[in-house]
Amino acid sequence: MSGVGEMNEILLRPKVEFDVPVEAEVISPDLFAEKSHEEIGSLPVFLGNRKMCLKDLFEIEGQSSTNIVLEGDFSRVKKIGYGMSRGKIHIKGNVGMHTGATMKGGEIIVEGDAMDWLGAEMNGGLIWVKGSVGHFAGASYWGSKHGMNRGMILIEGNTGNEVGKKMRRGTIAIKGKTGDFLGVGMIGGTILAFSETGERPGAEMKRGSIVLFLENCTNPPPLLPTFTYNCTYSPTFLRVYLKTLRKLGFPVKEEYISGKYRRYNGDIVELGKGEILIYEP
Amino acid sequence: MIRITKGKVYDPINGINGKELDIWVDGGKIVQVGDAPDLVAERIIDAEGCIVMPGGIDIHSHIAGGKVNLGRKLRPEDHRKDVVPRTETTRSGVGHSIPSTFVTGYRYAQMGYTMVMEAAMPPLTAKHTHEELHDIPIIDKGSYTLMGNNHFILKFIEKGEIEKVKSFISWLLKTTKGYTIKIVNPCGVESWKWGKNVENIDQQAADYAVTPRQLISILSQIADELGLPHSIHLHCNNIGVPGNYETTVESMKATGTNRVHVTHAQFNSYGGKGWADIHSKAREVVEYVNEHPNVTFDAGQIVFGDTTTMTADGPWQYRLYLLSGNKWVNADVEMETSAGIVPYTFRKKSLVNAVQWAIGLELMLLAEDPWRAFMTTDHPNGGPFTFYPQIIKLLMSRAAREEMIAQLPRRALERISLPQITREYSLYEIAIITRAAPSKLLGLHQKGHLGVGADADIAIYRENPDVEKVFSSVQYLLKDGEVVVENGIVLKSTSGRILYVDPGEEGDIEEYIREEFEKFYTVTLDGYGVPENYLERGECVSCG
Ligand SMILES: [Zn+2]
Repeated sequence: MSGVGEMNEILLRPKVEFDVPVEAEVISPDLFAEKSHEEIGSLPVFLGNRKMCLKDLFEIEGQSSTNIVLEGDFSRVKKIGYGMSRGKIHIKGNVGMHTGATMKGGEIIVEGDAMDWLGAEMNGGLIWVKGSVGHFAGASYWGSKHGMNRGMILIEGNTGNEVGKKMRRGTIAIKGKTGDFLGVGMIGGTILAFSETGERPGAEMKRGSIVLFLENCTNPPPLLPTFTYNCTYSPTFLRVYLKTLRKLGFPVKEEYISGKYRRYNGDIVELGKGEILIYEP
Repeated sequence: MIRITKGKVYDPINGINGKELDIWVDGGKIVQVGDAPDLVAERIIDAEGCIVMPGGIDIHSHIAGGKVNLGRKLRPEDHRKDVVPRTETTRSGVGHSIPSTFVTGYRYAQMGYTMVMEAAMPPLTAKHTHEELHDIPIIDKGSYTLMGNNHFILKFIEKGEIEKVKSFISWLLKTTKGYTIKIVNPCGVESWKWGKNVENIDQQAADYAVTPRQLISILSQIADELGLPHSIHLHCNNIGVPGNYETTVESMKATGTNRVHVTHAQFNSYGGKGWADIHSKAREVVEYVNEHPNVTFDAGQIVFGDTTTMTADGPWQYRLYLLSGNKWVNADVEMETSAGIVPYTFRKKSLVNAVQWAIGLELMLLAEDPWRAFMTTDHPNGGPFTFYPQIIKLLMSRAAREEMIAQLPRRALERISLPQITREYSLYEIAIITRAAPSKLLGLHQKGHLGVGADADIAIYRENPDVEKVFSSVQYLLKDGEVVVENGIVLKSTSGRILYVDPGEEGDIEEYIREEFEKFYTVTLDGYGVPENYLERGECVSCG
């Protein structure tokens, strides 16, 4: 039953196409680690408002592992890796909302797209999405004091709006386009957006850094009037960050590492200790 | 007929202190106490190893209405961490500091409470308040109508037209289906509309030549003259401000010999000139209470942890917003009052919070007469009502208090007298402060006791060396003679009564105020009040 590949893995495949969302925060290395095949199969999930077992909805192979592989369409499966603290989830297709939200450690790799709330309020670990993601990646949930508080989210595609809302620590890097209100209400941490971005980046940010590279961007959005130009320079921290990203395998152009950046501080309707750095080609 | 047998009965109104007695229930009432060879019960509840008490009565809690709902809107994060799924007998909801309506009813019932008074109803949102009260299952309810900053009242007092104040109050209680006069930061809330506050009880409101002293004195007099079953319910000026105990004592004095209930006294018993030297003045406040039988108070005990503060005291909530840096709602209620909401976390390691925590307990423990001291957290201001069992334990056990005191900052100890207080409440006294005395304070004759003719609202708790466990969840709860909770599980969602008063002395005040009302209010006078048919189980409590 076990032995998918060389490493001990647990493989899940949806048995049917879901017409309503599935809530599956039990798909987590912390929960699978010490459980037998049978125990994993009887973990509770909700299909819409119906309580069911994991094995009712998914084919499961393997047991007792912190290494989970998901194959097939998981775009309606929510909360995968919710609160996980270790191990790895490799999602070979698309994945639903709240993936990796509140996670504390471990690694989630998404080959396809992820929906809204990816890594919301996460406290550690790494999420790497090869495709695009929805709104609120790394954000705070409604009412919370802060969003993402540690860890790293790397996105190779595009994102929706309000990515990094109220984030406090950690790093988000986005290769593709980003939506409106990037880093809204940011309290700390770093967002690197390599391509064009939407309206009002950094609105209400208190601290933290938003770095805009504006690659292939002919019409960059105006910054809010509550951001003030300071100087043009080469920030040391940025070189370290970019080199680290590159080491991880995230594509970073050489000219960014040695390039100059215009610095604006804001949002001065808040604390004004945040910064937006814009790459100067 | 139900027979409750073998339980230890605590019924202070009837002087029963832990005696094993049978209680016979029929038709929603208690029909017999003790042996009754002629009676035949269809159901026998074996209460062996249990404590039998009248259902709990909370005289001050914020459970329904405009500001409670604003609090819910402000705090999705409060709800997210306490999700309550539907069961076969109960609806779903959310909890923690501002539970949804259904959950509020279930949780009170699960703790053995059968009656709760909503402590601050702005007349303008009376309909909303009653709509929410309607949705709170099982428990009986009533609401105190906010009047301390009402323009009509301020204006009549300014002109010296005291008879008109009295007619207006009589009319307003009936119109809002309120239970008594609630006064919050008198004149201060009105001044807040001009960006100001009042700093002592002899300072006039910003736009009326009326002082808090006048207002407290006149309204307490009127409450007695109208024969309201409950006294005025007073939230004093200068709440939360170091040194405010003097204002509190002055406010009590302002009522002379008229009845007055000082609510959440903990927040009003501070000494010191600022946060740096804040210390307990519980002793000074309680001394006045002890010597004056016209005065009652409730504790407004704080509980360490996260909660939501909400009050009609807009200027105080602004201060708290500045102090805490948390999010804030400020609401204006036209010609009547205001409201403020700020999430707040009471921390053991905070010197100020530690002092506040001690003051609430000191007040309860120094009060000589348990019939005039009430246990509240001013839910949710000091903490959610679900922490009552913890407070009962602290009142009953010096050891439990010492365990907590050991966790407080050492600097707090010289500012409080709690470590020196040895008193421990008995179960009988707990029954007084949570059942018998509240019933008496509200002027109710059929509640808070287990005598023949009383409403069969009965809480049966399983005995346990840990009193916190005892009071956390009932073994059985009977409401109006029906078993609605068993073993902590809500079996049935009945609907409770709404108690209100109609003193009948309004005269032609409604026509007198009509023109001005229509001119300034955003609603018409005819659409303003709560008609009787609005209440599913309305019950008018007689005055006089
Ligand atoms: Zn209150």
